[in-house]
Amino acid sequence: MPDVQPLVSEFVLKLKRRKVEGSHAVARQTAELLRSVVSQHRMGSTNQAAALADAIRSVGEQLISANPIVGNIVRRVLHIIKEEDISSTAVGIEGLSVTVDSDDEYDSGNDDHPTLSAAVLASHARNALRAPSLQTLLDDIPVSTALSRSASSTGDSDGKTAGDKSLKTRKLKHDVIAAIGDLIEEIDTCYDQISEQAVELIHQNEVILTLGRSRTVKEFLYAAKEKKRSFRVFVAEGSPRYQGHVLAKELVEKGVQTTVITDSAIFAMISRVNMVIVGAHAIMANGGVIAPVGMNMVALAAQKHAVPFVVVAGSHKLCPLYPHNPEVLLNELKSPSDLLDFGEFSNCMNFSTQDGTPLLNVVNPTFDYVPPKLVSLFVTDTGGHSPSYMYRLISEYYSADDLVVQRKSTS
Amino acid sequence: MSQKKSRGGAAGAGDDAEDLSRSPLQAVLLADSFTLKFRPITLERPKVLLPLVNVPMIDYTLSWLETAGVEEVFVFCCAHAQQVKEHLEDAGWTGQPAAREMAVTAVESHDAISAGDALRVMYGRGVIHGDFILISGDTVSNMSLKDALQEHKDRRKKDPLAVMTMIIKHSKPSILTHQTRLGNDEIVMAIAPETKELLYYEDRADGSHLCVTIDKDILASNPTLQLHNNMEDCYIDICSPEVLSLFTDNFDYQHLRRHFVKGLLVDDIMGYKIYTHEICSSYAARIDNFRSYDAVSKDIIQRWTYPMVPDVLSFGNCHEVKLHRQGIYKASDVTLSHSAQIGANSVIGNATSIGEHCKISNSVIGAGCCIGKNVIIHGSYIWDNVIIEDGCKVSNSLVGDDVHLRAGAIVEPGCILSFKIKVGKNVVVPAYSKVSLLEKPSNEDSDEELEYADTNSGVTDSPPFSSMRSNAGRPAVPSKDDDLGASETGTSGVLGYIWASSDTGTQEDWRQSIAPIPKEKLQEMQHAVSVDDDNGSEEDLNNRQYEQDHDGDSEISVVEDDDYTKFEKEVEETFQRALDGIHEDNLILEINALRLSYSLQHADCAGAVFYSVMRSASVAAQSTNDNLLKTTADALAKWKDLLRNYTKTVDEEV
Repeated sequence: MPDVQPLVSEFVLKLKRRKVEGSHAVARQTAELLRSVVSQHRMGSTNQAAALADAIRSVGEQLISANPIVGNIVRRVLHIIKEEDISSTAVGIEGLSVTVDSDDEYDSGNDDHPTLSAAVLASHARNALRAPSLQTLLDDIPVSTALSRSASSTGDSDGKTAGDKSLKTRKLKHDVIAAIGDLIEEIDTCYDQISEQAVELIHQNEVILTLGRSRTVKEFLYAAKEKKRSFRVFVAEGSPRYQGHVLAKELVEKGVQTTVITDSAIFAMISRVNMVIVGAHAIMANGGVIAPVGMNMVALAAQKHAVPFVVVAGSHKLCPLYPHNPEVLLNELKSPSDLLDFGEFSNCMNFSTQDGTPLLNVVNPTFDYVPPKLVSLFVTDTGGHSPSYMYRLISEYYSADDLVVQRKSTS
Repeated sequence: MSQKKSRGGAAGAGDDAEDLSRSPLQAVLLADSFTLKFRPITLERPKVLLPLVNVPMIDYTLSWLETAGVEEVFVFCCAHAQQVKEHLEDAGWTGQPAAREMAVTAVESHDAISAGDALRVMYGRGVIHGDFILISGDTVSNMSLKDALQEHKDRRKKDPLAVMTMIIKHSKPSILTHQTRLGNDEIVMAIAPETKELLYYEDRADGSHLCVTIDKDILASNPTLQLHNNMEDCYIDICSPEVLSLFTDNFDYQHLRRHFVKGLLVDDIMGYKIYTHEICSSYAARIDNFRSYDAVSKDIIQRWTYPMVPDVLSFGNCHEVKLHRQGIYKASDVTLSHSAQIGANSVIGNATSIGEHCKISNSVIGAGCCIGKNVIIHGSYIWDNVIIEDGCKVSNSLVGDDVHLRAGAIVEPGCILSFKIKVGKNVVVPAYSKVSLLEKPSNEDSDEELEYADTNSGVTDSPPFSSMRSNAGRPAVPSKDDDLGASETGTSGVLGYIWASSDTGTQEDWRQSIAPIPKEKLQEMQHAVSVDDDNGSEEDLNNRQYEQDHDGDSEISVVEDDDYTKFEKEVEETFQRALDGIHEDNLILEINALRLSYSLQHADCAGAVFYSVMRSASVAAQSTNDNLLKTTADALAKWKDLLRNYTKTVDEEV
């Protein structure tokens, strides 16, 4: 644990400073960080799964306090640990054969400096993934040598029974690391899987409306274009950050008919639109969506004109929380300088002239909440789902007792 | 970690920019303001450690530097060096180098009494190798340095004499804004519009009126220049290593702006140049006095400094703060009575309890405070561990750590209560008073700009008691009135010295205090400005841009002289007649006669005639700027000969 602390605090700082933004980057980097936490975790002899989960929780707590949006990944990892624990006890001693491979993994994990590069980690993960094929090659290595090697490398045990335990420990850890590797891959490949469904949803000569810029939406539209669908896209610019301008540029480069409209023109244009496709920041357990600001307006306009409102998002954006608590809605107020130029309005911020109370206030929220009844369809990497099905999907990815990420000792 | 894939584009560009410089980007942070403006508080704690919205100022500066990609920071400590170092250690800035991308090193020197000395010490250390950022530890910013740095480097490649880039910020062109927002004086800068070179810099420290004297050479060598009075100096400078050696060469440079910048601008032998970089959307401001402390605090609460806002930026030992509606920031374990009313734009620190029927608005309350019932706090800054008993009233004041206000005490606007002050029952602390446990240094030398007292002589005595009656008048009375003898804490009085207002008199009090400017003063200022406006030149005050023609003679001289104005008027009348068709020779004769009767110089004549020419041109064309320029050029061409008559030498012709 102490080895990873610098790594964790560096990431926490990055999150705090909002240097890492965008749900994809955050999700990926969180998963990678947690993987290195796991790989450097020194396993005790008893109750490893709980200890590991505890370690993840303590890191997760720090991360969530820095920026709550990383909570999903932490919960996913906790769930992975639990599942692997269950499966490893079921499989029992048969899993031992993988140990030689995971031995390397473990050693390098321990020896490497905290600033382990992502590339090294990724290669390890790949090794781990290839384990089954290696296993056949290495099967005939006597178990005793593996045991002695591992005993000397960990240095915390020398009896045969202790060695046996450490083997089991590493088996668990190896599986967890491999599973986190899968998770990272899933985060990376969700775009492809989502956009595979593009052709089924976008039909010839349709008009699509989107707001702002989402990478998932972009890939989705690209995929439809590559399949020779001809369609038109209305891009609402997404004030105050105007990411829609960026999206419009990208779409035009790919040869998509694109029209840029202001956010306020959405209602006027919606009657000509066949389908609304937007990205999301998070999908709540009730099927509601946290999305960039202005999305609720789009959803309401779509409902009024009975236009399907489709949300595309990777499954890592599923969040097992319900939006009852206003804190869960995670709205973040950004700087007013997106809206106004400080210099031009500096005389309105003249605190000394009006009894110390500023007359001008600027509110610049980042997110909007779209209730589930306004969403027609979710397209995730596992296929299309209706909002009412979200809770079911979520229970596949998360275990119920991880909803509040907090160490048991503190609670 | 995974920047290669995910955010490769943005990060890669940043790396390239830094690779150009080869050497790591360094910064010199002056953890000492070398001024007395925050006295008496700074007698006990350095200014950079004073909490700004419950976070020490230096943490804002350091985290900004870290965000801006600075790799090495030298914190120059002078006054209270030990405290600064301890803080750096506690907050995790120094030590454990692996965790941070930025290395922070404290440099200590006790004999530096000015910014100039500090930089000379830095030069002596020989640790600065490349371009560095010069900043003081009381600056709050969220700007991105990338563009400014790039500009600076490109310029350096072309012209090695460009030693410094000053960051400036546009502010609303209003004469009052400087005063009302940041409490400092208006700055007039002349900037060459294309090159952004700074040609002239004047802060109105002397409070003189709208009179700008620009050297003729500046006008001669630059075809166009823009005069700005709508710029704020952010006091963030990107300097080349030459700056340090310049300070060493000119050992009389003390003040960064007053001596160094002006010195460089005047000195044309070395030919060093200073450039400016204007920031648009980002925020930068320096806390120079109590008024700017107030203004910057409110900007932070209003999130202009994002991500340097309380709920995002929490440091190691600070607790999590959550933003509620209407800009109310609350720490997690605040004890708040049901009937207490928290108004908009307030911050309440950790473990603070607030009693029944309290009204709190526009205020910042620190950690561990205990506030009784029926307390009214408005527009004030209450620091940590303050005890305020029932029925107190605090408005527009600053209350330091561990202050104890007993029941019914009233703190009037503009007060500064330093550390551990105890205010007795029902005592009224009069407006603009500064109270400290430490005695005001009597042998104050106004030349010395030290943040700290001479610790050997000032604090030797045990803290004496002075008392003040509740009906005491304005604090213009002597500072050390311990004639009433020792009054115990419980009785009606204030434990501590009341500092008399500084030498500059009561006028400064309202200028730089936290309290809003009184209505009558505002009106006075407004009036003064409007009067100045009338007297001033015809041009728009906000953004005066003088376009100088190829052979045009321009001289901006507003000389407050009765004789001269009379003379000018006469000349103008004569000139008007000339416009009606009098021959030029006669006109010259007439003006010469006038000159003799008022016993004035040729140059004055030139000035007056030029004024008249301009006047006629502006009368002819009042519509648009283009039109004005055209007619001016026409008029100048027409009356060129006349003017040449008076401007004999090339120098005068400018």
